[in-house]
Parts: sequence; structure tokens; C-alpha cells
Amino acid sequence: MTRATPAVPLPDDLPLPWRDALAGRLAPDEAVQAWLQTDLDATLHFSASLLVLTDRRLLAADAPSATDWQSWPLAAGQRFDHVDHAGVGTLALHDAHHRLATWRYTLALNTEALRLADQHTRLIERIADPHAVHEDEDGLCPRCKAPLPPDDDECPLCERATVKPPETWALLRLWRFARPYRGRLLAGFLLTLASTAANLVPPYLTIPLMDKVLIPHQTGTRITFDAVWPYMAGLLAAALFAWALGWARTYILARVSERIGADLRTTTFDHLMGQSLEYFGGKRTGDLMARIGAETDRINVFLSLHLLDFATDVLMLFMTAVVLFSINPWLALVTLLPLPVIAWMIHTVRDRLRTGFEKVDRIWGEVTNVLADTIPGIRVVKAFAQEKRESERFAAANRRNLETNDRVNRVWSLFGPTVTLLTEVGLLFVWGFGIWQVGNDHITVGVLTAFIAYISRFYLRLDSMSRIVSVTQKAAAGAKRIFDILDHASSVPEPARPVHLEQVSGRIELRSVGFRYGNRAVLRGVDLDIAPGEFIGLVGHSGSGKSTLVNLINRFYDVSSGSIRIDGTDIRALPVAEYRRHIGLVLQEPFLFFGTIADNIAYGRPDATRDEIIAAARAAHAHEFILRLPHGYDSMVGERGQTLSGGERQRISIARALLIDPRILILDEATSAVDTATEKEIQRALDNLVQGRTTLAIAHRLSTLRKADRLVVLDRGQIVEVGQHDDLMAREGHYYRLYMAQQRQAEADAAEGVLA
Amino acid sequence: MTIRLERDAHGQLALIDRDGQRHPGVLPVRAFPLSAPGEGVALMSTDGHELAWFDRLDELEAASRALLEDELARREFMPQVRAISGVSSFSTPCEWDVLTDRGATRFTLRSEDDIRRLVGGRLLVTDSHGIHYEVVDMKKLDRPSRRILDRFL
Repeated sequence: MTRATPAVPLPDDLPLPWRDALAGRLAPDEAVQAWLQTDLDATLHFSASLLVLTDRRLLAADAPSATDWQSWPLAAGQRFDHVDHAGVGTLALHDAHHRLATWRYTLALNTEALRLADQHTRLIERIADPHAVHEDEDGLCPRCKAPLPPDDDECPLCERATVKPPETWALLRLWRFARPYRGRLLAGFLLTLASTAANLVPPYLTIPLMDKVLIPHQTGTRITFDAVWPYMAGLLAAALFAWALGWARTYILARVSERIGADLRTTTFDHLMGQSLEYFGGKRTGDLMARIGAETDRINVFLSLHLLDFATDVLMLFMTAVVLFSINPWLALVTLLPLPVIAWMIHTVRDRLRTGFEKVDRIWGEVTNVLADTIPGIRVVKAFAQEKRESERFAAANRRNLETNDRVNRVWSLFGPTVTLLTEVGLLFVWGFGIWQVGNDHITVGVLTAFIAYISRFYLRLDSMSRIVSVTQKAAAGAKRIFDILDHASSVPEPARPVHLEQVSGRIELRSVGFRYGNRAVLRGVDLDIAPGEFIGLVGHSGSGKSTLVNLINRFYDVSSGSIRIDGTDIRALPVAEYRRHIGLVLQEPFLFFGTIADNIAYGRPDATRDEIIAAARAAHAHEFILRLPHGYDSMVGERGQTLSGGERQRISIARALLIDPRILILDEATSAVDTATEKEIQRALDNLVQGRTTLAIAHRLSTLRKADRLVVLDRGQIVEVGQHDDLMAREGHYYRLYMAQQRQAEADAAEGVLA
Repeated sequence: MTIRLERDAHGQLALIDRDGQRHPGVLPVRAFPLSAPGEGVALMSTDGHELAWFDRLDELEAASRALLEDELARREFMPQVRAISGVSSFSTPCEWDVLTDRGATRFTLRSEDDIRRLVGGRLLVTDSHGIHYEVVDMKKLDRPSRRILDRFL
């Protein structure tokens, strides 16, 4: 077979069967510019087809073996339309008159598809105007348009997009938290060893007591004090020794495990705080609370009590076995007979129990979810008289909890008694075999008594070991759910090589910013330059992407494509906390934490002096109403605290933003939750805040944005108009329509007011 | 005059309303795609306004209805899971290999919360790209698939 090797090499990452098929079809000097292996066909079934863009045409085939490759020479007027819906992207090739072809793919391939379409547009533009100048794209990541590190082709921001499934065996992974305490853990282990050994002494002393004191007494030799006291003393000493060692061991290990549990909880919470808003949007509060609260506690109890017991049990078993074998190997063998059976049982039951307990945990999360939903929304529940329905919802969750528990308990309840039965049967064997051996004078009565004493301890241990199966599985299930949180890398990650900005002037540049939430594209191709100190008003219908844009600038989420730069630096290259220090945020529903008013104002800068707090409150026009409160700045607010009106809360949050003196200010519907009179007051406070800062304001009432330097009108995720109020009104476009609609509404309201 | 639908040369759907006015580029949308897909279909304009509403699709004449259903079929992508051949791990995120009515595929499940329970043992699994996979009836899956799924519920 002869294969024409093209002079221009094919892209390295093109899959092999396609390479071979394609190589024979390209002209010698034809260069591949972009390619896309789609994963859906026209009927939306999973199957691969290829679309290749070269410097002169588009090529497509349904399979590498296909003979009917389609080809479209590049021509002026040709364009790609791109839409995506419900997770499926569609590229449609059009010329001036017709649709020529469509390709479909899942959104996993979206960036590749868009890159191909972009490249195609550029080539077509070059046909129309060969001297067209294009923005220099060197040094930018082709995917996300973020600047690449100087001598690196891999974009550090795109790399993280690949998710790695975490490793399993959750309990062993707890070692990471145990490591800092390994010295104390070793001490605890040695103490366990010693105390277990001390516990084994008493039964051993029963042999001589029996054989040298009690049995001779029955055959006529009198018991003398001299013969008895060493054994009695030995028993007492062993008991005291075991007590002291056991106390030290329990104390040390309980302390350590308590610390491990605390570390685990803190680490999990820290990690949670580092997550993006996207994560919290997708999680339910009750479930997260259950994981951090109840499950860390369960792991803690497991480590402090059960793991300790388990270690003791294993040691005890092992040491007892050694002692038994040293006294009489045959009898020992019979004693250990039930062990393999029990081990097998533990093994079979374990898996079922673990999955069962995982399920119980998840359903427990559901129960807490109902609580976390209902209690904050209690006003709505009562207003719509739905108490009964919520009760039923809770009862249903609880019932499911019960059912799942019942299922686990069915396995579990059988397990314990079966172990007990096996041990009883084992004991029977020992008695029988022992009596037979004594009868044949192979062993003494003392040896048999010692054996019975040992194995009753032995079986007791076995019993408690079987109990630990359930606790271990519970803890393993809990650990898994904790590590689910810990393994979740933040979708707003800290940069690997952070850039530090000492001073920020407040220049913001958005470059073809796109954002999708799930499978919905919320923002597309947003380009905007904001000068330092400029006041930008964001306008648009609800759902047009205003809040999303602001959230992206805040870096609550990361852009899906494009980049946001502050003073020329990509915000993804700055440490998150450092970057957010430059941003002041005032929200529609200001959130006050439980604490004093002063604490709340100083939330962003806990080291602020009282004078600074008062100055901020004055500037925010909050000083006077605060002084009217019974405890002034020391009044408690937030949950269970002093009730404040919407306007008052808002002014506190403005003072909070003023105090950190940010270069960039974001007002997200800061005045829309209050009446017109209060709005005026807040507006005065805001005027102080806005001065000299780059400001982005979203307002539903367009009249509040009169002072803006520029208004940016968004519609369905795209910027449709930019300009000043008067310009935009003159243009009679989107803004004009929005404004007139509001005017009419206001007039209608006024007229109604007159009638009423 | 009744409402009519046409497909133009660019493959877009156009609506001709009762007054004979033509609206190019309309998109059909189901109001309850999960709970009542047969009822309530709206036609939306390119700028997101509702142009027409049908309580039931049989209100349309046959040709237009065929066009509408064809367009819906092109837009709706919710593979039905027939079997789960394997998962990379029982803790999330993990990769699922599934066999669907649209062929075999692999997707990433981000968290257990992305499995939504609907009424009657129906499940909706959302992957990391927002694609929904439907399990029509959990009880009708084969045993190994059910066992895997059970670990995530």
C-alpha cells in the first residue's frame, strides 16, 4: 500500500485511524489548521466522526474507513453557526444561501469546536481581505485566552480541568491526620502491649494454684499460708499493674484521637471555605452540616474507643494463642477452631454492612436537609399553611432512614448472636476435649481450668471484635464522606505560581468572557474595558447575566472561556484572598453575622480601630441610627440579635465595604430591596463610597444609575449596547425600551396611588 | 388561517402565525420535559419571547407537527441508561461506563447529589458537562447495574 505523506505534518494528537485515512486525501502542501472528532451523529447517537479544517477546505467523514469524504472549499460568505442546548453542541456550516452541513457533539468537546469555528472565521476573513490584521494571539492559551507562562506551552489553568477520581480505602487515609501524633501513638501502643500482657498473668497463676494447692488438699495435703500467699500476691500485683498501664494507655490515646478528630474537622471546614460558590450552589446545607458535625465525631469516637479496643483485642488474641500453645498445643488447636469460621463471617458481612452504613449516612443527610430547608423558610411555610406538608416531608425522610436502618440491622442483628453461638460451641469442644485429656492423664486439672479461664476471655474478645465490624464500617463510611469534601478541588483554585500586586489602580479588562452554568451558557463573548475610577452601570432584564458577570469579576466562579484581567494581570494568577481584598461588595440582601455592629462593620478588616469604624459608619450615614440603639456600636445584630430595617442593614454593609477601602466596588442591586425614601438615604451613603473607585453597579431601577460614566446593556449573556444615558436614549435601542417600560410602570403605579 | 411551520434553507424553523406573519428562527420548548413531555409545547422567538403555545401537539396540522417533532428530537438529548458496565470508583468524582439507547459512552459523575430521584423509580443523572442521563426504571436494570447504582443512592 502506498501512502502519500503530506509535506506538512498532521497534528500529533489526531487519533491513529483518522491519520491514516486523512493522510491520503490531503494535497502535498495542504496544512491542517484545526480538527474536531465529534462524538454524536445526526440522530444524537454516540458515534465518532471527524471534521478537519485545512488552509483551503473543510473535510468530513463519518468513519475512518469511509470512502465518501465530504469536502467544502473555503469561500467568502461561508460561516459556522454554533449553538448548544441541553449538553449538546451543534456546529452548522452555512454559505450565503443554504445550510451545508451540521455536526453534533457533547459539551466535553466544546472548546475544540469553538476553536475550529474561530479558526475558520479567521481563514474566511483572510479570503475577503488578505491583509486583515488579527490580534496577536501569541502567548495566550488557545483554549481559555489566559496568558501562558513565559516558556511553557501548557496552560496551567486548563490543566486542572481534568478531574482525577480519588483513591479509595478511606480509613487508611486518616493516617495523614495521625502522622503529627505518631510519637504518642507509639507510646500508647507499647502501653497497650504491656497492659495486655499484665492481663494474661492471672489465668496462668491458676495452674499452680489448682495443681499444687487445691487438688493436693482434696487428696489430704493441708493448705498452708506459705504455699498460697505468693500466688495471691502475684494476682494482686498483676491486677494493679494492668490497672495502671490501662489508665495511662487510655488517657494518652484518647487525647490523641480527640486531637486527630479536631484536626479533621478544622481541615474539612477550611477546605470547605476554599470552595467556590459553584460548590455551595450544588450542595445542600443540611448534608454538609451532617458531614462536618456528626461524621467527624463518629470517626473520632471510632479512633478513641473502638480502634483502641480493637488493637487490644488483636494483641490479646495473639498473646493468648501463644500462651495456650506453650501450655498444650492440642488443646490450643481445639480452642482456636471457631476462629476461621468467624473470620469468614466477618469478611462476608463486612461489605454489606459498609454499603448499608454509607446509605444510612446519606439518608441521615436527607433528614437534616429537610430541617435546613424548613427552618430558615419557616415564614413561607406558615404563610402558606404548609406545616403539615413539611411534617410529612420530614416523616417521609425519617421513614426512609428507618427502612435503610432496618435493612442494615437485619444483617447486623444476626451477626452478633451467631458469633456468640459459635464461641459457646467452641467452649463445649474445649470442655469435652479437656475432660477426655484429663481422664487420660495427658493434662492436669489446673491446665484445664487455666484454659477455660483464658478462652472465656478469648471469646469475649472475639465477640467484641465482631462488634467492631459495624463501628469500623460506620467510621469508614464517614471517612469516605469526609474525604469526598477534602478531595474536591476548588473550582476557583489558588494559582500555582501566584503573582502579587502591591498597588491596584482598578483597571478591569474582560476578554471574550464566556461562562456556563451546568449546560446553560450564561455569558458569551463579553468584551469590556473599564478604566480606573470609572462608574459602570450594568443594565438588562433579569437573567441577562449581570449578576453572573459581577460574580466572575469577584472570582466567585471562574470563567469558562476568555479571561478577566486587573491592571493587565489575569485574576486567576493572583492569590484569591489577596485579590478579593481589593473588592468591596454590597449586596441586595446584606448579611449580618451574629455579633456586635462594630464587629460586623470591621468584618473585612478585624484590626480596624474604633475611630476607623466610626468614620466608616459616618460616611455610610449609619452613625446616627447606630447611636440611637441602646448599646450603640456594641449592640448585637444578626440571628437572635437586634432587629434592623433593610435600609439600616444596608448602610452597615456599606460601612463594611468602605472600611476595607477597596479599589473596586461592586453594588449588586444594593438599593432594590428598600422603599424610595430609604433608597435616597442609601444613595447618599453610596455616593461617598463610589468616589474614586472603579465601580460596577447593578440596579433594577435605572434612575439610580444616572451618575454612571457608562451604562453596559446586557441581553441574554451578551453586551448589546454601551454608552451614556442620553446617548442610549437617543439610540432608541434595548436601553430605551427598558427605560420606557419602567417609566410607564412608574406612572401606572402613581396613577393607582392616586386612585387609592 | 391556522398556525403553520416551515423549515428554511438554513435549516431554521419558521412560524407563520394566524395573521400570516412569518417569524424565522423559532425554537420549540417543552414546558415539562420530565414530568409531562406530551403536554405544553411553546415556540420561542430568537430573542426569547413566547410566540405560540400548544396544550397538545395534535393541535397542529400533520406536516407542521412532524417538523416540530423533528426539531424537538434534534434538540433533546437525554440518553436512557440501559446498563451500567462499570464505575471507576464508588466515591465521587468517578467515571461511569454506561450503555444507553444511543450507544455506549463514558461520563464523569461529579457528586452523588447529581443523581436526582423522580417519581416511580425514575432517576436523572447529570454528568460534569450538564448532560442528563435518564434511568427509566431503576428496578428494571440488570442486577450488576442496580448494585452499582445502589451504592450512590
